[in-house]
Amino acid sequence: MSYIIEMIGITKQFPGIIANDDITLQLKKGEIHALLGENGAGKSTLMSVLFGLYRPEKGIIKKNGEEISIKDPNDANRLGIGMVHQHFKLVHNFTVLQNIILGVETTKHGFLKMDKARKRVMDLSDKYGLKVDPDALISDITVGMQQRVEILKMLYRENEILIFDEPTAVLTPQEIEELMKIMRELVKEGKSILFITHKLNEIKQVADRCTVLRKGKCVGTINVAETSKDTMSEMMVGRKVKFSVEKTDAVPGEPVFEVKNLTVASRHGTKKPVKNVSFTVRKGEIVCIAGIDGNGQSELVYALTGLMPVEDGKILLNGKDVTHLSIRERNIEGMSHIPEDRHKDGLVLDYSLAENLVLKKYFMQEFQNNGFIKFPAVFKYSDMLIDRYDIRAGQGSSAIVRSMSGGNQQKAIVAREIDYNPEILIAVQPTRGLDVGAIEYIHKKLIEQRDDGKAVLLVSLELDEVMNLSDRILVIYEGEIVADLDPKKATIQELGLYMSGSKRSEAV
Amino acid sequence: MNKRNLFRSQGFTNAVSSISAICVGLLFGLVILFVSNSSQALQGLGIILKGGFSARARGVGQSLYYATPIIMTGLSIGFASKTGLFNIGASGQFIVGAFVAIFIGVKLQLPESLAWSHWIIALLCSMIAGGLWALIPGLFKAYLNVNEVISSIMMNYIGMYGVNYFVKLYVYDSLKALSQNVAETAVIPKWGLDHIFFNMTGNYKDTATINAGFYIAIAAAIVIYIVLNKTVFGYELKACGYNRFASKFAGINEKRSIVLSMVIAGMLSGLGGGLLYLCGANGRRIKVVDVIAPEGFNGIPVALLGLSNPIGIIFAALFVAHITMGGEYLQQLNYVPEIIDIIIAIIIYFSAFSLLLRNVISKLFRDRHVELVSDTGPAGKPGRFAGASAGLNDGVEKEDK
Repeated sequence: MSYIIEMIGITKQFPGIIANDDITLQLKKGEIHALLGENGAGKSTLMSVLFGLYRPEKGIIKKNGEEISIKDPNDANRLGIGMVHQHFKLVHNFTVLQNIILGVETTKHGFLKMDKARKRVMDLSDKYGLKVDPDALISDITVGMQQRVEILKMLYRENEILIFDEPTAVLTPQEIEELMKIMRELVKEGKSILFITHKLNEIKQVADRCTVLRKGKCVGTINVAETSKDTMSEMMVGRKVKFSVEKTDAVPGEPVFEVKNLTVASRHGTKKPVKNVSFTVRKGEIVCIAGIDGNGQSELVYALTGLMPVEDGKILLNGKDVTHLSIRERNIEGMSHIPEDRHKDGLVLDYSLAENLVLKKYFMQEFQNNGFIKFPAVFKYSDMLIDRYDIRAGQGSSAIVRSMSGGNQQKAIVAREIDYNPEILIAVQPTRGLDVGAIEYIHKKLIEQRDDGKAVLLVSLELDEVMNLSDRILVIYEGEIVADLDPKKATIQELGLYMSGSKRSEAV
Repeated sequence: MNKRNLFRSQGFTNAVSSISAICVGLLFGLVILFVSNSSQALQGLGIILKGGFSARARGVGQSLYYATPIIMTGLSIGFASKTGLFNIGASGQFIVGAFVAIFIGVKLQLPESLAWSHWIIALLCSMIAGGLWALIPGLFKAYLNVNEVISSIMMNYIGMYGVNYFVKLYVYDSLKALSQNVAETAVIPKWGLDHIFFNMTGNYKDTATINAGFYIAIAAAIVIYIVLNKTVFGYELKACGYNRFASKFAGINEKRSIVLSMVIAGMLSGLGGGLLYLCGANGRRIKVVDVIAPEGFNGIPVALLGLSNPIGIIFAALFVAHITMGGEYLQQLNYVPEIIDIIIAIIIYFSAFSLLLRNVISKLFRDRHVELVSDTGPAGKPGRFAGASAGLNDGVEKEDK
C-alpha cells in the first residue's frame, strides 16, 4: 500500500518545550486517519507543520514517496493539502459562493467570471451530497452548513489530502451523522482524510487507522477496527479512564435556585434571546440545559449571573430575590460561575495563577489588610488549590496563566469556583476542548458538589455529558425551554429532536 | 520554585532591553550626526552623552528640573497603560494643571500665618485640575465606550487653547509675553538642593531651577509603585486593564475602575504641570503659543522606555532629560537647531523600542517555560499598550481555546 503523505521523524521545539518529538505519521491514499491525543499532546502542531505554518527542526515530509518541502500554506495548497480549521475562516457577509472562490477567483481581464465558478461549485456540491445554497450569506446559515462550505473550499481547490481539525465540536448529533456520511463519501472518491479529535466514538465510527500522540510523542498507530475504545483512551492518557460517570441517584432537597418568567432583551436587534424561561434547581441535583449553540444559553447565563440585565422576571437564590443585585453581591449570596469563554470571562491571562485563583476573593479579610493584599496568604491559598485540584503549571503559583495549557487553565477556574463553596454552581461547557482525563476529573468534581447537597446548573452542548451527568434535562430552543426530560428515560435521538425544534413538549 | 530568582531575572531582562534600546537609539543618532556634519559627529555625540554635565552642577540641576515633569507625565501614561488605557491626553492634563497652579500662585492671598501652605495648595489644585481633565475621557470610555485616545486628544486641544485664553485674561505678563511670576510663597522650596546644584561665576552664585518638586516626583513614583503592586485597589485596576470582561465577571466594578484609572493618571500629569511651573525667577513660564505641551508627549517614550514600571520611569525620565539637555549644549558646535531636535527625537524614538527588544531578549536569555505550547501555538504576549485594544477585540472574536 502506498502512502500519499508521510511525515517521518518530525521534531518541533518551542522554547522550553518539545511539542513534537520524533513523530511519524503515514497517511494511506483513500483512508480516514484519525489523530488522537490530549490537549497539548502536539496534534495541532503536527498539523501546522504539515500545513506549512511551522517549520520542523527535524524530520521529512514525503508525498507519494517523494520528499517535499512545505514553507507556507500556499505550498500546502499547491500540494493538494487542505484544512478545515476548528474555527472557520469564512467572511460572514459574503455568500457561500463568494467564500468558496475567494483567493482563486475565475477572472477574465480582471473581471470576475462567476458563472463558471458557480457551475463547478454546484457540481461538487451535488457529487458529495453537500446541499449548499450558493447564494446564501454565511451569517444566515447554520454552523453545520458553514462547515460544508469549508469542505467545498478544499474540494474547489482540488485538494486530495483533507485535514479536519476537531470538526464535530460545534455540531449537533444529527449534523455529526451527516458529516460522517460526507467524510465516507469523500474517501470513496479517492480523497484522504486526516481527522483530529479526542472523541473516541467518532474514531470508532469512521476512521480506518488512528495515530495516538501523548505529550509530544507518538504512542503508536493502530487499526481502529481491531482496537477497543478502552485501549485507545489508555494509549492517549497513559492510564485507564472510566467513561461512564459513576454516580448515585440524586436526592434532591429544597429548591435553591428559582427562575421565574425570565426574559432578556437583546443587545442588538429586537429578537429576544431568552423568552419567559422558568425553572427550579434543588439542592443535591444537577440540572442541565441542553441545546444547540446560539439558542439563548449564553444570554440566559449572563442574565442569571448578572453580566447582562434582566428585562423581565425574577431570579431567587435561597428564596432571596437577586434579580437586580450586582455580580459581586450575587457571588456573596452563593453563586458561582464557570464561564463559557475561559479566556474572555474566566481568567486574567496576564496575571499569575495565584492572582487568578483569588480573583473572586482578594477583597476578603483573609487576603487583605487595610487595602494591602496579603501576598503570602494569597500564595499559600493558591499552593493549596494547586495541590488539591492538581493544576499543573510550570512555575506553580507564580506561573503566568497565559502560558498554561487549556486544560490546566480550566482546572484553575473550576478550582476557584468550587472552592468558593457556592449554593449554586452555574457551569457552562465546563469541559469544552478538554481531553478525557481532564473531563473525567471535572465531572467527578461536579458530582461531588452535588453529593455535598449543593445545586449545579450545567449548560452543555455535549450530549454525552448531558446524558451522563444530569439528573434532569431542560432543552432550550430559540430562547425557550421546550422540554423537561429525565435522562434515564430520554434517548439521545429524542433530545436531538427537541434541540432542533422539530419536537416540543406542551407540558412545559 | 524560587520566586525571588524569577523576579530577578525578569528585572534583568527589562533593564537589558531598555539599555540596548538606548544604545540602538544612540547609534542612529550618531548616523544622523555624521550625515549632517561628519567632522564634528563624534564630538557631538560626546556632548549629547555628557548632557547636563557639560555645565557642571548647575547643568545637572537643570536636567533634574526638566526630568521632574516628564517623570510625572511618564508615570501618568505608564499607570494608565498598566490599567489598560492609553492616556495620550497627558499634555492637556499637564497644561491645565500648570495653569491652575500658576493662577493660584499669582492670585491667592493668604494670611501671613498660612503663607507657608501657598505652594502646597497650588500643587493640590493642579492635581485636582488634571484629574478633572481626565475624568471626562474616563467617563466617556466607561459609560459610552468612546475610545479614550480620541477624546483625550480633543481634550489636549481644548486644554491648550483654553489655557492660552485664560492666561491672557488673568495672569499675563504682556511685557515678556509669558505668564506672570508666581508669588514668592507659591514657589516650591529648594529643600537643600540649591546647596548642591549651583555654579560659581566669580562671586555670583548661579543656582539651578531644580527644587523640591523633584523629591515630590520621586515620591509619587514610589506611591504609584506601591499602589499598583501591593494594594487591593491596584490589583483591581490592573485586572481591568488586562481583561475588562474577566474583571466584570469576578465582580469588580470595571466602569468605576476605568474612570478612577483615568482620573489618577490625570492627577499625575496635572501635578507635573504644577511642579514645573511653580518655580523661581529663572524657571519656566507658560508661553501663549498654539503648541501642545511637549511634556505630555515626552511622557510616552518615558513610559515605554521604563516599561511602565514606576521605578523604571524615574530612570527613563532622567535619561530623556539628560539627552535633551545634551542637545541644548550641542548648539555650540556647527549643528542647526532643527537637526539637533531630530537627533534627540531619534534617540528617544528608538529608546521606546525597549518593549520590542524585551521580547527578543527574553527569548535569547531565558527559557520561557511555556508549559504546553503545542495546541495553542506559541503564546504570544501582547505588549501593554496593545493590551487595551486586544481586550476590545476579545469581545468580537472568541480566541482559540
